[in-house]
This record gives sequence, structure tokens and C-alpha cells, in this order.
Amino acid sequence: MTQQDMTGAKALWATLAAHGINTVFGYPGGAIMPVYDALTFYPEVRHILGRHEQGAIHAAEGWAKATGEIGVCIATSGPGATNLVTGLADAMLDSVPILAITGNVARHLMGTDAFQEADITGITLPITKHNYVVRDVEELPRVIAEAIRIARSGRPGPVLVDIPKDVQLAAYHGEIAAPHARPEIPAPKPEAIEKARELLRSARKPVIMVGGGSLDAAAEITALAHAWDIPVITTLMGLGSFPASDPLWLGMPGMHGSVAANRAISEADVLLGIGLRFDDRVTGRVNGFAPNASIIHVDLDAAEIGKIVRTHVPVRGEARVAAQMLAEGAQKLDLPEWREKIAEWKTRTQDPDHWGAGYAVKAVVDRLRPDDILSSDVGQHQMLAAQLARFERPRRWINSGGLGTMGFGFPAAIGAGMAEPGVRSIVIAGDGGFQMTAQELATLKKYDIRNVKICIINNSFLGMVRQWQELFHERRYSEVYLGDSNPDFLKLADAYGVPAYRADRAEELPEAIDAWLNDPKSSLLEIVVPNEHGVFPMVPAGASLSEMIETEPPRPTPGIEKNAAAEEAKNA
Amino acid sequence: MTGPFDSTPKDHLVSALVRDEPRVLTRISSLFGRRGYNIRSLSVGSTEHPGLSRMTFVVTGDRGVVEQAMRQLEKLHDVVKIIDHSLEKFVDRELVLVKVAITPESRVEVRQIAEDFRARIVDVGRHALTFEVTGDEGKITAFIEQMRPFGIIETMRTGRVALTRGSNADIPSHVYHEGETEALRPVVESAEPREEKARGVPNLF
Repeated sequence: MTQQDMTGAKALWATLAAHGINTVFGYPGGAIMPVYDALTFYPEVRHILGRHEQGAIHAAEGWAKATGEIGVCIATSGPGATNLVTGLADAMLDSVPILAITGNVARHLMGTDAFQEADITGITLPITKHNYVVRDVEELPRVIAEAIRIARSGRPGPVLVDIPKDVQLAAYHGEIAAPHARPEIPAPKPEAIEKARELLRSARKPVIMVGGGSLDAAAEITALAHAWDIPVITTLMGLGSFPASDPLWLGMPGMHGSVAANRAISEADVLLGIGLRFDDRVTGRVNGFAPNASIIHVDLDAAEIGKIVRTHVPVRGEARVAAQMLAEGAQKLDLPEWREKIAEWKTRTQDPDHWGAGYAVKAVVDRLRPDDILSSDVGQHQMLAAQLARFERPRRWINSGGLGTMGFGFPAAIGAGMAEPGVRSIVIAGDGGFQMTAQELATLKKYDIRNVKICIINNSFLGMVRQWQELFHERRYSEVYLGDSNPDFLKLADAYGVPAYRADRAEELPEAIDAWLNDPKSSLLEIVVPNEHGVFPMVPAGASLSEMIETEPPRPTPGIEKNAAAEEAKNA
Repeated sequence: MTGPFDSTPKDHLVSALVRDEPRVLTRISSLFGRRGYNIRSLSVGSTEHPGLSRMTFVVTGDRGVVEQAMRQLEKLHDVVKIIDHSLEKFVDRELVLVKVAITPESRVEVRQIAEDFRARIVDVGRHALTFEVTGDEGKITAFIEQMRPFGIIETMRTGRVALTRGSNADIPSHVYHEGETEALRPVVESAEPREEKARGVPNLF
């Protein structure tokens, strides 16, 4: 391409290609048309057309969460850009590296309330790690390179670059910006590591807790835990950072955490937290969290240390490096009483044994291979999957942890499945959340994606909301019943050319799962379950972890079926 | 509780060197607003370095709140360096314009008080004098209090500006490099050597 042919739009693609970005997700529109036109000159970059910008950005998140690499999505100005907001907020809370590129109206129209104009940098200010408006085409490649560096470095996050239409069209004369080297993160201070080691040596009831910041440190954390012989808890975001088959694993902490994890936290005298931010769903009531423990907090974001819980030993640095340093000079702790207690707590788990959402989720996750990616949407099925699936390695569990975004799971599974076409990308969704982004079934068809396996756990309710209404609102089921208006999911899938299967009863399940998983194409399985299932154990909101309700309390009458029936009668 | 970890809310003087780019002020005020940190005063101006602006904040809160605010601030890409003036010796000044009502009887007395404060008259009217005063916060507050009985028509304060004393312009950003932290209280009080405690910097980050 000669220099005079180069426009801002072409410089954008050339810069992305120079950064090794080979797949982007997006949706065109008026103010981004020059970029889409220039795309035709860059066959080395594959563009995946979603059916909604929200679907596109969640797919980019799925890509990023599965690979650890940056996910890229593109939208037009105004409504296209604002449709990215949920995904950006999601990526911000879960520290996902995302580059979002939006078109905007031409510079002379900016600020005039022009057609499809929105101040997207203003709107996304609090939900991006950084954002830019490119006002000078000569700045464009430099800004893109810098945005990619910011998104990927340190604690990752979303970065948005807004490009006015006339800047996309303007002639570009400069060079294409090469990728920045990732900045070196200073190693943790040896004094801090030594203090942490001292504390661990003196511990009688130690526990290690790892979060989403530990996903790339699984090997080092496993070595650390074995070197000291300390049990490990993985948060919702950290599932897979420590192998579930390891006898030292205690499960997930927090609101729907395991008995072993929550009891261990409540009794621990030393808690080593690595790459986690002590979310309120993890801590429960903060002053009841690990009340007896001295807390060592390893994080590369200094703002996280001491933000929620009082930290006795702050260690600023990368999880990988800190875990390695902490493993040096380790001595196996001989703590038979602690071990005994933990062994007893670990027996207090119950696999779901009667037909319901838990039973169905268990049947599906039991079929996972170690390489399979499991995405989930948000709600009861998400918590059940997190409780019941056994992850042996990181980046196989993809869910919306921080923001709790309904509609996330399915498009994220598409993104993850496209990143790793050789593995199965399974998504567990609810009947509510699936419908928020169900139109992405078209994406499966358009690109003949064959490895995405959708499982809808259909209990005819917004199950998690219903569970809370049951527990905290005297069972007033306000606007959570979906059963009277859910589509026929099999017909819906069929309309998009996606094969679909259904199971209504426990006996049908094995055969239906086989058929669904063995289908050579991407396929959908609807499992219709009785609607009264709750997720337990549960720590009620505002309670401390030690106040966990271990098993589902006896259900008062009349049952939910009656309520649902009454609702249906009312609507008839 | 007294000393560096006093938990009663008070004013903290903080400077930030920031990139001189569009939206920096919005980005910073948005961060403060969203997290509920109260900015009592804010002054912004250009610096000796092209492309860098300097902001001086007065943030109200206990030590932990202010420290969290500073750490959140330092995460922003536009923020180059944060200086917590409570950890260094510093000079600070504020400028105020005060318009005081005068009568033929009070004119002389008002001018005399202004002279005592080394206030400059910047505008003279038949019924009002406008003064410019610079000084630390206490002096300015005292001046306003002295003028109040005569009738203050309006005032405009710039907010505080501050610089560290001496030639140590290269002091490190306090947030990431020096980890004095509210979270460390028990450890600091029991185990830290005296000199470090005096400065309150366990320096573990």
C-alpha cells in the first residue's frame, strides 16, 4: 500500500495486525464505516459480526478470559457505543484486558448533539481503565498501541478509543506503531516476603486464598501450597488456579462457598490472600471475616491492599513472583489438629441427589474434560456450576464475577470457543439470562462455529431472585416468573439452524446429554427442572461466614408450584 | 487514638502531578465523587514541565480514607506522581479576593486592618473595597473574620497550593513506593523500629 492510500482507518487495522491481533468482534454503523471499509484490505484480521454490541463485547471478554490475551471489539457511535457499556463495566470489575474501538461523529459535529452522537468517553470514564478520543490522525497508531499496553499491563482492564469519522478518513503519513514491551513489575520487597514467611512459620491454622489475579500463577501457587502444606481456597474468579483434585483444595469461599472453605476462613489464624480483592460476596460481613487471622495480602494493585480488610502484611507484586518467593525457604507445617478439622468439614458436602437444577448441573459438569471451557451466565446455575464443577487448570472457567451480568455466558462461550476451536466451549445458562443475548445464535450459524455447547437450565423463574424473595421477602414472588412466556427453546434454536435437545426428567438426562455433546455442530440442550431448587450452602447477605446455612431449610407450604399455578391462573 | 494513625476525619493536603490532557479533571473528580471522597479544595495550574499540570487537593477524611483515595488516584494513567504533604515539610498558600462593604465611617478602619494583614486593595468603589490576600489558611480565615463585622459582600478563595520545602523535588510518589498504611496499624505499633514509626513508613510495598 502506498503512503498516500493510508487513512486513519487503515492505520488502525495495520496497528492491530502489527500487535498480532487476528480476531475482533463488532457491529458496524454510520460513524465507523470507514473502519469497516478499510477492513476489506486487511484479510489477516478476522471480524466476527455479532447481533448486538453487547454480544460482541462479551465474546471479546470470553476470548480474553480463555486466553489471557487482549479481546478487541468495535462499535459505531451513539447507540452502538452505549451498548458496550455493560461489557466494559464487566471487564473493569473482572480485570479483563479489552480494547474497545468506537466511531464517533466528525470532529466539527462533536458536542453539537449530532445524529448518533454520544459522549462515550464521558459515559465510560468510571468503567474503563483509561479512554481516549483521537482528535489527530497522526496520533492514531500511537494511541492504539498505548491503549493495548494499558489494557494488558499491571492489573488488566478495558480501554476505549473513540475515533471521529473524519479522523478515520483522514490521510495518515506516519509509521505504524510497534507493540510496547510490557512494563516490568517490580518484585515484591524481600522484607515483606520475609514478614509473610515469619507469619506462616508461626501459623497453627493457616489457609491460602487465591483469586482471579492468580490465574497465571497456578503452578507457583500449587508449589507454594505443597511446600508449606497449607490448604487452598479458590474464589469464584480464581477457580482453576489450584487443581480441584488436590487433597489440599477446600473449594470456593463466600456466599455460596463450601463448608470447608468458609469454616477454615472463620477459624484461620493466618490467611494468605493472593490476587484477590475481598469482594463482599466473598467476605460476608467484613468485621466477621477471618476474625482471628493475621492477613497477608499479595496484590499488584496497591489500591486493593487494605481497601476492604485490615492487612497485617502487605505484599505488592505479581502473584506468580510472590508465590515463588514465598515457597523459597518453606518448611512443611505439622498441624494434625487443623488437618483433622478440615477433613471433617470437607465431608460436609452433599451432591444433589434429587431431581432439580443442582442435579442437572452436576450431570453436565461431570462430563467435562480437563480442557473443556465452561462458561456460565449469572444466577443459581452459575453458583451451582461453581460449586459442583472440578477445575484442574486455570482459564477453563468463564463467568461474570464482579458485575454479575445476565446475558454474559452465551456470547462469552462463543468468544472462548473461537479462541480455542479445538476444545469444547460449554455454557450453562438459565432461561432468563439466555434470552438477554439469545440472538447470538446467529453468530454460531454465520461462522459455522461447531464447538459451542449451550445448556439451558430452565426452571421457569429468575431463580436466584426467587430464592432471595423466598428467604427475605416472605415468598412474595414479584415479577420473577417466566414460565408463562418463555419461548420454546428448541424451536428458537431450530430457527437459527442450531440442533437442540431437551430433557424433562432425570431418566432422560444421560441420553440427552450424550446426544447434545456428540452432535458434530454447536448445539443446545434444554433441561427442564422443577422450579423450587435453592442454592446452598448460603451465607445470608450481611451475615458473617460463620453464620452459613449449610443445607436447604425445610420448605414451608404452599409450595412454589402453587404460586406459579396461581400466577398462571391470574394471567390466563 | 493520636499520632499518624488518628482516625478522626481531618484535612489532608495532597499534590498530584498529572498529564495535561483533556478530561483529566473530570476523570479525577469522577473518581473522587464515585467513591465518596470529599474534596474540600482543589487548585490546578501548569508546571515547569510542558504537558504536566499540578493539582493540590485538600481531602477530608481519616488517614485510611485519604490513603485509599490517593492509591485510587495513582492508578489513573494520567496521574504521574502523588505527594502527601503530611509526610514532608512543605509551604502552602491560598489566595482570596474579599469584597468588603464600607461606609465613610468604617473606611479608615477597614484599610488599617487590611494593612495589618498586608492585604492589597485591588478595587475601590464608593461602597466597597476589594482586597487580595495571600497566606496560609489560618491567615486568610483570620482576615475574613476581621472583616466580617463590616459586611462581606462576596469572597473567592483559590484553594490551597503547596510545594515541598527544600530542593528535594525528586521525592518519590508516596503511594506505591512508601507503604505507610492504615491497614498496618497493629504491626506498626508493636514491631516497627522507632525511627520508622516516627515517619510512619514501614516501606513494605
